[in-house]
Amino acid sequence: MRVNMTVNGRPQEADDVWEGESLLYVLRERFGLPGSKNACEQGECGSCTVRLDGVPVCACLVAAGQAQSRDVVTVEGLADFAKQRSTPCGGHGPGPDAGDATGGGAGRADRADGLAPGISISDAQHWQAKPAESASPELAPVQQAFIDAGAVQCGFCTPGLLVAADELLERTSEPSDADIREALSGNLCRCTGYETILDAVRLAAARASEGA
Amino acid sequence: MGVTRIPTSLTQGSHTKGAIGESTLRPDGTLKVTGDFAYASDLWHEDMLWGCTLRSPHAYAEILSIDVSQALATAGVHAVMTHQDLPAGTHYGLEIRDQPVLADDVVRFHGEPVAIVAADHPETARRAAAKIVVEYRELPPITNEAAALAADAPVLHPHRTDSHAAHVPHPNILHRQPVTRGDVAAARARADVVVSGDYEVGMQDQAFLGPESGLAMPAEDGGVDLFIATQWLHSDLRQLAPVLGLPEDKVRMTLSGVGGAFGGREDLSMQAHACLLALRTGKPVKIVYNRFESFFGHVHRHPARLHYEHGASRDGMIQYMTCRIVLDGGAYASASPAVVGNAASLGAGPYAIDNVETEALALYTNNPPCGAMRGFGAVQACFAYESQMDKLAAELGMDPVEFRRLNAMTQGTRLPTGQAVDSPAPVAELLRRVKAMPMPPEQQWITADESGESIDVRALPGGLSNTTHGEGVVRGVGYAVGIKNVGFSEGFDDYSTARVRLQVIGGEPVAAVYTAMAEVGQGGVTVHAQIARTELGVTQVTIHPADTRIGSAGSTSASRQTYVTGGAVRHACELVRERVLELGRVRFGSYHPAWATAELLLESGKVVTDDGEVLADLVHVIGDESIDVEREWRHRPTEPLDPHTGQGFGHVQYMFAAHRAVVEVDTELGLVKVIELACAQDVGKALNPLSVLGQIQGGTTQGLGLAVMEEIVVAPDGKVRNPSFTDYLIPTILDTPSIPADVLELADQHAPYGLRGVGEAPTLSATPAVVSAIRAATGLALTRVPVRPEHLTGT
Repeated sequence: MRVNMTVNGRPQEADDVWEGESLLYVLRERFGLPGSKNACEQGECGSCTVRLDGVPVCACLVAAGQAQSRDVVTVEGLADFAKQRSTPCGGHGPGPDAGDATGGGAGRADRADGLAPGISISDAQHWQAKPAESASPELAPVQQAFIDAGAVQCGFCTPGLLVAADELLERTSEPSDADIREALSGNLCRCTGYETILDAVRLAAARASEGA
Repeated sequence: MGVTRIPTSLTQGSHTKGAIGESTLRPDGTLKVTGDFAYASDLWHEDMLWGCTLRSPHAYAEILSIDVSQALATAGVHAVMTHQDLPAGTHYGLEIRDQPVLADDVVRFHGEPVAIVAADHPETARRAAAKIVVEYRELPPITNEAAALAADAPVLHPHRTDSHAAHVPHPNILHRQPVTRGDVAAARARADVVVSGDYEVGMQDQAFLGPESGLAMPAEDGGVDLFIATQWLHSDLRQLAPVLGLPEDKVRMTLSGVGGAFGGREDLSMQAHACLLALRTGKPVKIVYNRFESFFGHVHRHPARLHYEHGASRDGMIQYMTCRIVLDGGAYASASPAVVGNAASLGAGPYAIDNVETEALALYTNNPPCGAMRGFGAVQACFAYESQMDKLAAELGMDPVEFRRLNAMTQGTRLPTGQAVDSPAPVAELLRRVKAMPMPPEQQWITADESGESIDVRALPGGLSNTTHGEGVVRGVGYAVGIKNVGFSEGFDDYSTARVRLQVIGGEPVAAVYTAMAEVGQGGVTVHAQIARTELGVTQVTIHPADTRIGSAGSTSASRQTYVTGGAVRHACELVRERVLELGRVRFGSYHPAWATAELLLESGKVVTDDGEVLADLVHVIGDESIDVEREWRHRPTEPLDPHTGQGFGHVQYMFAAHRAVVEVDTELGLVKVIELACAQDVGKALNPLSVLGQIQGGTTQGLGLAVMEEIVVAPDGKVRNPSFTDYLIPTILDTPSIPADVLELADQHAPYGLRGVGEAPTLSATPAVVSAIRAATGLALTRVPVRPEHLTGT
């Protein structure tokens, strides 16, 4: 079957999708967006958390067809999403005008930027560690806070946690620790013991209130 | 011509930004938060196929026949392979090559790989695998010690030729290590108080979040390129090449992004399968396990039964201890022999005990294979000996912390192996510190505001299930301390290799560090950059991706990488620095006498004297040269333990951590909430304090998991009952309390920068501390972990 949806503000289309394919599979293997992670594929770990029409969901539990004509935000689009939210005209949630700057439909099984799905071997071979301590304007505040607080170790849980934490901060500007724990209780992390993740969310909230 | 003196003190690099001791941030952090970091499961290649494994549904069975014809005929399937199709070597293993790549005539555990399929879609591969018809004849599985050692027990590995086979009392015992020291019989006669106990530790899973995965690409030269998530590239390579029938130089491995490891990636999983399918089909093959398969696809922590006896004099001094530790190694050897060595040599814990008789052994059974997991044999022992310490203290009427402090080992204490602990062993101090940390307030679930008091159920056992508002909730406090070795022990040649290149790029001195170290999340890449900055006085460091074109870095396990590969990077940097100074002396030596006479440092891109006088810019000294050094580096050697007495210089270094657990138990429902899990640990030197804290908190949380929730349940028929995150529970952010840490830095003079391995120690003592606190709250004996609600309610 053919599936159309808007992902991170860009229209995406995939053909020959098997009916049993999950949204996670289509994002990772057909749209070239492997940022959403495949830690359990059972809806238990939260590593594939994405926003579906604004609501955090486990992409592994959403059939690709269920996402037809809907808006999806993944970790890859989190920075743009946060930027649009922070601009005065931007509404909350990925509205239909969270638009595609480049326009035009993405080709089947191609990334919107023309790359093949997944991460190619040559890209993987030539990744270069970026210098630390360079606050990047390309990051959403919650992403920067995760780096600064040491909330990233292996990083496999990170994309899902970022999407969930960003959603929490969107609706709760000053979350208590209990709020943070409740909001992130569907996201497993095996490396950190969660202390630095709490720190990161506290940090992002504090920075937002300072900047407000 | 004089020899340029090289500074050996820590002053080198102390003025350079981002040096050791700073909490510099991860170089891969940005990629990991944007979703751009390439984990092994993210890789893609045009025309790639998906591999899938067919696994045994039985714990022990003969394979009578395998019919792959229907699977092969499935549209989209490119290859199906069984044992009959293996081109060369048929078995692999870390130490003992006893594990079949694909089962031949018998399967020995539930989930053993039997056949592999490559197809153009993962679902096609799974469906084709389901069409493979395997005829089994089930055999009664061996699932416990009594069955394994029975007179008529079937021998699971009848033709053993491994080095342990000659000295084990039964062929289903994989390895047995006794350790004896002093005179236990005489000490027993003197003891005023004797306590004994039987303890049990369930099978824990590493539960790394990034599943086993990799992409194998056939190469034009007949070889294969494998992009893989592993803990040790070269160990994989040594096992893979013979299976593929290829020389090692035709099996080129590159580390892909690794989503955690914790020991679970020491053994091969899908490596051989992907390579075999790629070579068979001539196409790239990707294999990604799902969580269900992951539970079958890697070894677990050994479940253990432990019998301990301690005797003490009335004044509180421990006179002797004996123990017998039985580890279930499961169907194949994996790392079991080394786990046995650790359990045996560290089984007495961090205490000064002169009279010891211990014995540790690992069984071959038809349970899932067990091997490496964080803590590696020391975890099981720590739960038992710390339970014993509480019991002894109670029997003596002493405070459990003061009793431990009284018997704590110190620098110079001899382990039961006869080896003296020749670096700081601040066991008593760690206990003192963890006890002195402020206690969390009582009844935190009561919140007060203008409208009066209210209850926040989220702070109570049961949480939002709203099972109590404080009724039946009892608080308990417990303590524990542990000892873990750092690095590979018992005479293993535990080396690493590093290449460091210094050159001027874009007008700036840039160091490039190249090792085969597996970055699995621990932050080795961060620390390597800090070491290079420290030793070379530069700010720009690039970390080369890890692959097998350079020599081995050893395993990212045993808390050893900062010590050993960090040591190798430091050593290579020192040699680069030496060449820089030689070059400087040739180019600029005549301009300033200090080139010949002073101790010279590289700081912030300049050559300076130890008085801080600048002699030259590094950029001018290096010029167009590329200074490139590759070296192996070893820590001081260890030696094997005597097979009969267990005596020997077995370990290179130790780490110590102590925990205090505060728990609240709903005694009516048996629900436990850990309120706080404070830790004090000696790390020698915190090269990156933020990363150290991450290791302590992460390790502590895995210990908490073993205490109250994590267990792979294996039924009496040898089958795994809970291979999912629905039924195998790891701590969530709601289960995990605040983990305040007090970090002590007492240098180990034998180690680079005085550092100590960090990662494993906190996993040991967290478990017994939590259980001790639950005992304090409930008054129950609790001799088994994980503690379940029914253990607390008796229902």
